[in-house]
Amino acid sequence: MSTKDTDFAIEGHGDISVGVHGAGASGDGSASATRITPGNALRPEDIALEISRGQVKPSEDIAGFALRLGDDGLILAQRLGHWISRAPELEEDIALGNIALDQLGHARSFLTYAGAAWDKSEDDLAYFRREHEFRSAHLFEQPNGDFAVTIARQFIVSFYQYELYSRLVESTDSTIAAISAKAVKEVDYHRDHSAQWVLRLAGGTDESRARMIQGFKLVWPYVDELFEDDELTTRLSESGVTVQPSSLRDEFDRLTGQILAEAELDIPGVPQAPGGGRRGKHSEFMGYILAEMQVLAREHPGASW
Amino acid sequence: MASQNLQSVPAELSPEEQEREAAGQAYFDRIISEDSRIEPRDWMPAAYRKTLLRQISQHAHSEIIGMQPEANWITRAPSLKRKSILMAKVQDEAGHGLYLYSAAETLGQSRDQMMEDLIAGKARYSSIFNYPTISWADMGAIGWLVDGAAICNQVPLCRASYGPYGRAMVRICKEESFHQRQGFEILLELSNGTPAQKQMAQDAVNRWYAPSLMMFGPPDDDSPNSKQSMAWNIKRFSNDELRSRFVGMMVEQVKVLGLTLPDKDIRFNEETKKWEHGPLDWNEFKEVLAGRGPCNSQRIERRREAHENGAWVREAAVAYARKQAEKVNAA
Repeated sequence: MSTKDTDFAIEGHGDISVGVHGAGASGDGSASATRITPGNALRPEDIALEISRGQVKPSEDIAGFALRLGDDGLILAQRLGHWISRAPELEEDIALGNIALDQLGHARSFLTYAGAAWDKSEDDLAYFRREHEFRSAHLFEQPNGDFAVTIARQFIVSFYQYELYSRLVESTDSTIAAISAKAVKEVDYHRDHSAQWVLRLAGGTDESRARMIQGFKLVWPYVDELFEDDELTTRLSESGVTVQPSSLRDEFDRLTGQILAEAELDIPGVPQAPGGGRRGKHSEFMGYILAEMQVLAREHPGASW
Repeated sequence: MASQNLQSVPAELSPEEQEREAAGQAYFDRIISEDSRIEPRDWMPAAYRKTLLRQISQHAHSEIIGMQPEANWITRAPSLKRKSILMAKVQDEAGHGLYLYSAAETLGQSRDQMMEDLIAGKARYSSIFNYPTISWADMGAIGWLVDGAAICNQVPLCRASYGPYGRAMVRICKEESFHQRQGFEILLELSNGTPAQKQMAQDAVNRWYAPSLMMFGPPDDDSPNSKQSMAWNIKRFSNDELRSRFVGMMVEQVKVLGLTLPDKDIRFNEETKKWEHGPLDWNEFKEVLAGRGPCNSQRIERRREAHENGAWVREAAVAYARKQAEKVNAA
């Protein structure tokens, strides 16, 4: 192999060129040097493009619904992102980072779509709303705790999201259906990841089992909120945009029940919290999450990054 | 060949063993002279193994410790797109650490042992990660300068004589190339942004420039291991040679950014055809390397904390796997 000429070649690996063409972050997504999503996967930039061309615009109700899903993903990604560089194994730094990235990806798509109703971007919605304007459920803002708490939270989230997205694939709203079609495949992996860890931790050592039980105790009070119907979901289920959250509960109970049974864990006998996240009522944790997430963007209002 | 001088054959070897050693050495020498590859099962001089193990494990540690300064901004990234890119980048670094630990394991040391050495402060990692990331623009400067310098160092390593290392580096370099671009993109956006953003970008470049030049290692006349590594086809270019090439590239790119490098002495020497830079504070380099940098203690502590907090999880995974295996055996 000849040497000196190829060491700094611009092609193939080791490309140190900076692709000044379209190096800016604005414009359509294909300008990004970091576009790595293969195939025809739907990206938030694609949705933004459709919006800017006037091809899609959600109704107020649909935007409100997309906001809920977007906020769930965003707040969870914010929580999970903290694990990167702190996980019990390098493999888990990667796995939890991957789940966070998937959640953030879904959030970006849903928020971009929701924003079209009010002429707002995903970043306007993420960085410049106040606490009571967020619509995520309480489960998503629960602290990471130890690894078992994070796994317990992820277990509930991924089984819930799997049921939801697998119904939304057939939504009468084509954008919601398209985002969900991508999301459901990813969430399926999240289910597998969290279920395997529930089994390992519950069936590992005495310590891990005790921690797993405690983890479920801490997050289980926030399960019911996920399956609550309200006026918005009632209207949207009538038009086939979504299904009533309560209709997902049986499958959720059945599938999580199978794993919990295999792990020889009982469903924690803890009272359910009242929730309220879908109406903008949040826990004490939310203010800190937003303070950290929004601080830099708010220091430079109107700036582009 | 220099490698032969380092090879010492212990006296207690039987004649057959001595013959095997000599044949191994001859094979090794031929592979090196043909610029071909040594694989894990091949015979190799003990010093070659030791040098590679040191270099690859240090490289792996650098990836793992290097996650921290950037992870510092994941929760505060100022746009969701940037947050997503930064998460993916730090995740890539964990992946690089994994490939490299695996490559190092083929030389006979376990990942656990390497991790223990890192936490105990016995192992080194790139000293640049002992500097703090105090602004968002540091994400840009790290991508552009630090990853840029890393690429200059690492592209030649794709042809390193040790197969597993060279192959790991191919994939790592591909990803590093994205990292460098995203850093450049961050700085370009800041430089074209508000005056406060542009100032943030210039400040970050000012702080990361000299440390990134020092990533290539001490000047050639003060780099005792370089010669041997070059003779073994592990290292292909000298520290100063790579540094000079890097400066040449940055000089052009900084113009596109609309920023400046904090070095008045950069010039292209027409006689040597090499880029030259101003003096670097090698005393600071040695201080940071010796553990007296701004974040040395913090970085190791974070790694220790993550590792120790995770001990019960790793133990659970092992215990569960053992129980599952017992079930299968019993069935």
